[in-house]
Amino acid sequence: MTKDSKPELAARRAFLVKLAGAASCAGAAVGAATLGLTPAVSAKTAPAADGGSFPTKDYDWTKHQWGFGVDATKCIGCLRCVEACKRENDVPANAHQFRTWVERYVHLEGEDQVRIDSQQDPVNIAASGSEKTFRFANRYKDAKVYKAFFVPKLCNHCTHPACVQVCPVGATYKSEDGVVLIDHDYCIGCRYCVQACPYGARYFDEERGVSDKCTWCYHRITKGLQPACVEVCPVGARIFGDQKDKESPISLFIRNNRVQVLRPESGNAPNVFYVGIDKEVN
Amino acid sequence: MHFAPYTGWVYPNETVFEWSVLIAVYPYITGLVAGAFTVSSLYQVFGFERLRPVAHLALLTSLSFMVFVPTPLLLHLGHPERAFNATITPHLTSAMAMFGFFASFYVALLIVEGWFANRPFIVEQAQTRTDLLGRFYRLLTLGSYDVSPHTMHFDKKWIFALAVIGIPAAHGLHGYVGFMYGSLKSREWWSSDLMPVIFLFSAIISGVALLVVLYVASCKLRRIPVDAACVKGLAYTIWAFIMVAIVLEALAFANLVYKGREGIDTILQYVTGPLLVPYFLLQFAIGMVLPLLWLSYMIWRGTTGKALIVGVTVCACLVLFSVFMMRWNVVIGGQEISKTGKGLLSYHMPFWGKEGALMAILLTTAPLGLLYVLTRLFPPWADDAAHAHG
Repeated sequence: MTKDSKPELAARRAFLVKLAGAASCAGAAVGAATLGLTPAVSAKTAPAADGGSFPTKDYDWTKHQWGFGVDATKCIGCLRCVEACKRENDVPANAHQFRTWVERYVHLEGEDQVRIDSQQDPVNIAASGSEKTFRFANRYKDAKVYKAFFVPKLCNHCTHPACVQVCPVGATYKSEDGVVLIDHDYCIGCRYCVQACPYGARYFDEERGVSDKCTWCYHRITKGLQPACVEVCPVGARIFGDQKDKESPISLFIRNNRVQVLRPESGNAPNVFYVGIDKEVN
Repeated sequence: MHFAPYTGWVYPNETVFEWSVLIAVYPYITGLVAGAFTVSSLYQVFGFERLRPVAHLALLTSLSFMVFVPTPLLLHLGHPERAFNATITPHLTSAMAMFGFFASFYVALLIVEGWFANRPFIVEQAQTRTDLLGRFYRLLTLGSYDVSPHTMHFDKKWIFALAVIGIPAAHGLHGYVGFMYGSLKSREWWSSDLMPVIFLFSAIISGVALLVVLYVASCKLRRIPVDAACVKGLAYTIWAFIMVAIVLEALAFANLVYKGREGIDTILQYVTGPLLVPYFLLQFAIGMVLPLLWLSYMIWRGTTGKALIVGVTVCACLVLFSVFMMRWNVVIGGQEISKTGKGLLSYHMPFWGKEGALMAILLTTAPLGLLYVLTRLFPPWADDAAHAHG
């Protein structure tokens, strides 16, 4: 994601181009100066036409309202989503920083407290053999499991995102299509957003000096593709689509299920909708 | 990259501590600024005559520390070269965005007030010195050599006005730092309406305590007797504010426990475990209650002379330590309690590196170096007849 992806900036450039044109009419001296400016500005917008660009050409973010569903009753904890996300989005190759992760909740017979673990657990890291691939250790094979389930987690792309509220420079923002994005060219790396997110969905990329988090694979969805995690899920536990399309997978998911969101009391109004999670999940 | 060890259940991304010791140093330094300015104002605005020996020193101290306030933040940023983005294009909903404006305004205020307060000295030096420093002072006069009683009266009005504006500015700046933590709903340990006021009162006691130490040390270095009345005045100030500080912190903690919202079990496990020593013992018992009792005893017994000076100075050192522990327990403590409310993490502070212990010590003590230079250029000593002003 770059600053250049913002439509406002495109409008600003268009304005500059117009300004340059007007100025060139005004006189030879001014015109000569602006001639230097015009190609430079045009050059920056030019790649939008060649397909490999971002944002996608002709994508209109006012025509979509993206939403995400998680059916925890289907998740088998294979973690293909986590690995796909890491590769697709260049997420640091370690077991401590994620755009998406999966939590395991296990109630053992005779215990009051639920046991929760995820990819950063040393036992799971040992089971994976490296911090580049992920798997859940079979740690409860000899125990009597009373109840167990997996919960995929990711950025909730909240309607009232606390991260956007606290960003001192506006580098993280809510797009028209409902996705919370980060302008990595503008982020100052203060990490206030990381602190403000109640869901632990953000991390700080040391190498790039900026905050990062899930974008629902914005570079894919604006091309009509599914987010990488949704694409690779073998059981359809992750559902994604346009809420403006009443027949889209996400609209049907919300219509046909009693869905809930995480930490509704926070007032953030998340846009990841869950089915099949238990009272301990937050 | 260091991954924090944890117990219980924490979100994977939480295992990297994002706010280091430098973010504890930042409110500590800001607090010292606000506290030192309070002392200056008590003399300039409220006419506390016995604080005259430290009034100008307080102003210079405030300025010296204020200059260093942004340094821990700049060292912490992933892109310090973009720091001005927050000032050029502030995102107005962010509690952090206004920092640049508040801080700049306050630095400007301190410089202007300092200029007025030191003008007679600057003019005198500009007229008598012929060396390079003379040029420096001549430049600082800004072309105004008039030190007639009429002009001095005019200057005093300005000093008074700036000191009056400075009170809300200094305290607003620090209350605002507290708001940056208190307004976050993601962490139960931070999310308190009392946080800005707690920060403010602890800031005041830390600044007054710093002045006790600086004043006594400067007297020793200059081999002049310590003004016991002045030290007693500062002791009264600490005494009054420390009481409020203790009550506020206790109320905030009682509120947290009494409300007993989600995650309170983990918080209690934390405060009675890893936080027992830094919070209850170091910050409260040794850093606040002990000085309060000791100061109360000295006031009650009418202690004076060397016993008073030693007693108040030791109490001031304890208060300085306590307030740092308060910043630590808020900033680091807040992150050691997981957002899940079901787990605890432990912060590892490296010694070296740009966010290590050594850097934290350097940044906290660097303002003293600047203060030394400023006291050489603009002697703030009220006892020195040649330099007495204000």
